[in-house]
Amino acid sequence: MNIITPVLQARNISKIFPGVIALNEVNFNLLPGEIHGLMGENGAGKSTLIKCLTGVYSPDEGDVIYCDNRVFFSSPLESSKAGISTVYQEVNLIPTLSVAENICAGRQPLKKGIINWTFINAHAKELLAMLDVDIDVSASLSEYSTAIQQMVAIARGLDLEARVLILDEPTSSLDEEEARKLFAVIRKLKNDGMGIIFISHFLDQVYEICDRLTVLRNGEYIGEYEIGELSKHELIIKMLGKDLAQFEYRSSKNTVNKKSDKKTFYRVKGLSKRNGVLPFDLDLREGEVLGLGGLLGSGRTEIARLLFGIDKPTTGNASVWGLSGFIKNPKQAVDKSFGFCPEDRKVEGLIPDLTIRENIILALQVKHGLFKYLSVKKQKEIADMYIKLLKIKTPSSEVSVSKLSGGNQQKVIVARWLAANPKFLILDEPTRGIDVGAKVEIQKMILEFKDQGMSILFISSELDEVVRCSDRIAVLRDRHKIAELCGDDISSSTIMYTIANANTNASANTNANVSVNCNSGGQNEAEVES
Amino acid sequence: MNLRLLQFKSLKSYIPLFSTIAVFFAIYAMGAVLYGLNFISLRVFLNLFLDNAFVGVIAVGMTFVIISGGIDLSVASVVAFVCILAAKLMEVYNMNPFIVMIISLGFGAVLGTTMGSIIYFFKVPDFLVTLVGMFLCRGLAYMVDVRSIPIRNETFVNLNTIAIRFPGGARLPLVAIVFIVVWFMGIYLAHFTRFGRNIYAVGGDEKSANLMGIPVARTKILVYTMSSTFAALGGLLYANYTLSGYAAAVLGLELDAIAAVVIGGTLLTGGVGFVEGTMIGVLILGLIQTLISFQGTLSSWWTKIIIGLLIFWFILLQRFLSRTPKK
Repeated sequence: MNIITPVLQARNISKIFPGVIALNEVNFNLLPGEIHGLMGENGAGKSTLIKCLTGVYSPDEGDVIYCDNRVFFSSPLESSKAGISTVYQEVNLIPTLSVAENICAGRQPLKKGIINWTFINAHAKELLAMLDVDIDVSASLSEYSTAIQQMVAIARGLDLEARVLILDEPTSSLDEEEARKLFAVIRKLKNDGMGIIFISHFLDQVYEICDRLTVLRNGEYIGEYEIGELSKHELIIKMLGKDLAQFEYRSSKNTVNKKSDKKTFYRVKGLSKRNGVLPFDLDLREGEVLGLGGLLGSGRTEIARLLFGIDKPTTGNASVWGLSGFIKNPKQAVDKSFGFCPEDRKVEGLIPDLTIRENIILALQVKHGLFKYLSVKKQKEIADMYIKLLKIKTPSSEVSVSKLSGGNQQKVIVARWLAANPKFLILDEPTRGIDVGAKVEIQKMILEFKDQGMSILFISSELDEVVRCSDRIAVLRDRHKIAELCGDDISSSTIMYTIANANTNASANTNANVSVNCNSGGQNEAEVES
Repeated sequence: MNLRLLQFKSLKSYIPLFSTIAVFFAIYAMGAVLYGLNFISLRVFLNLFLDNAFVGVIAVGMTFVIISGGIDLSVASVVAFVCILAAKLMEVYNMNPFIVMIISLGFGAVLGTTMGSIIYFFKVPDFLVTLVGMFLCRGLAYMVDVRSIPIRNETFVNLNTIAIRFPGGARLPLVAIVFIVVWFMGIYLAHFTRFGRNIYAVGGDEKSANLMGIPVARTKILVYTMSSTFAALGGLLYANYTLSGYAAAVLGLELDAIAAVVIGGTLLTGGVGFVEGTMIGVLILGLIQTLISFQGTLSSWWTKIIIGLLIFWFILLQRFLSRTPKK
């Protein structure tokens, strides 16, 4: 094995950000014709290592060796010209350009000094066809869903005559079918002799596709392993540095499952939004976690946005704490002590240039009103408390949020809403793109806050997670609420079964039936009609 | 032209451009109905190009700056400085007009590159840097001379006589020809060169563009180089058009240029825009002025009011278009 020389190598790389050692003497060897998994928790330094390899950052110490030469890439442009093609974690494309142009941007083929648009469109179509994506490549990228955008980003990565392909969380927005297509393409590239670095939080996918693994933890190099010599269990221990037993945190939901004492505080009836969701009823109760189960695009986020007043409903009515009427805008929601952690932290949540403290304090300040300014000292206290509580990895509360890793950014958003001490918190995909350890922590947090009487609406693509955290689950399919499950009915298989078997046309009835069934144990549900 | 462009962009993104064209024809038709054949004569039409040449050239540069996500407030002052400098050099120091042109354009290029570099490397907001440029150039213009300097240099004045002549006495003079050439250069640059496409990419999302390996630094700086150079060219056109140099000339012209860009369908947020549209925007501004001068009794300030309303309409239109569902 060692006779083959690595195509890309990192030797004793260190990278220090103000106050944080992001990488400490990390080694990494990528052989040609292998798929190499780069594993580690959030903040372990995976993305930083990738950025050091591709010239986004320059390492403070150590060497990058590419094709037997020591290289110093000063920008992603240089590394991509040298043949290292990278698909970054967040979709990094230009939303205002067309799909085809996003694939070819920066290296458009010229014909007599003129960009050859016919060729670009045909070429883009061809590349996307490899991934079984058939879309209008001349439409602007922003018109497509995140999953398609991710496919476009990958197609762009495939486009180069590359010797190394780096995929940072390429499957986070893809469903199983799409991921499978991607893997087929990756395997083909591997057989052509390309070296591929694969980063994913889905352990199953890592084990399905990778040949070798390199594990990082807290910026330290832990080791390099053949996939066969390391079980998943061992891998997790290596990534976390602690034993798996800690994961077996069971919620208290089975013991306090008497719904009878839970008061409904927010009730909506027949709420719908054109092009968003079809009419649905929903009761939110104090001290309860309501999960929204359903596939991507089934209307989960749309419901959350309606409930928080971000979007205006087309039909329906609502009552909040006894007062009837919708929540018309997020300000009203905040006034009613609601909180909302949006799905796409990059776009909707954080203000990257502000510090952690400022980001955390934002919602609280809104609640206090513009004129009751919180002193910086007080702000610091609050920020420090949540940094400790949520274990946000940072040297101080005064670091700008853009310097944090993805998982830690996610925690800052959660902290922001917790600081406002909400009575009702909407968490839309709070665990997307973060690792196992942080996921468990966030889940634990959800249950703890529930036990303190907070009501939570929890949205996640991972059914297991929804099942683990929720007291009740509203099941969605194709923008319909098709059922509501509670108690012993809650399991991944019931949800799957419900989604698979629901008759969409009869959904209104199904909805009512299951609701009644579900409410039989409760008291104050007598008003539920139909 | 536009049909060709449709091949690589979906139809929807062209709605702002089509509506600009529609507005142009609507105003034109209105003039025809009110003032008959005089209004739609070739001479009036060609005069649009002459009278608005300097605005048009500046607006092309401005379009690229705005597409890149920036703004350039210095252009009007650059025009004033260049035209008074050119007048002074030719009249007082008897310099060869062609050397004066080279100096002027060189000044524009250096100024733009400097502003662009400051904006990019020191991360200073474009608004402030070009505001400094605006004050600096206006001040420099008064330093050259506070009085108006008439230009009598024979070679320079005679450039005026170069023209394409049409039957019926209508002519397209050099100033207007330069404008049209710059316009087509702009279209070529925007759609068919990598540099042009990089401007769109940088304006769409600078961070992503960097990660995609697009030369962000070079693109951003060159955009300002281009804008100031076009502004300097605009100054020369203005000097040739008015045959004088005056430090207080064209106050507020940068806003006219921005107005033309917005009416032409370019988004101030960057990433989306049309050089074609900008030109039609410039022609619309000119057409409104022509209409008001034909009318005769209205104050020329009505031009401003109508432009204000038009901008308002286009902003609403763009809001409406960009609000369509994304998923």
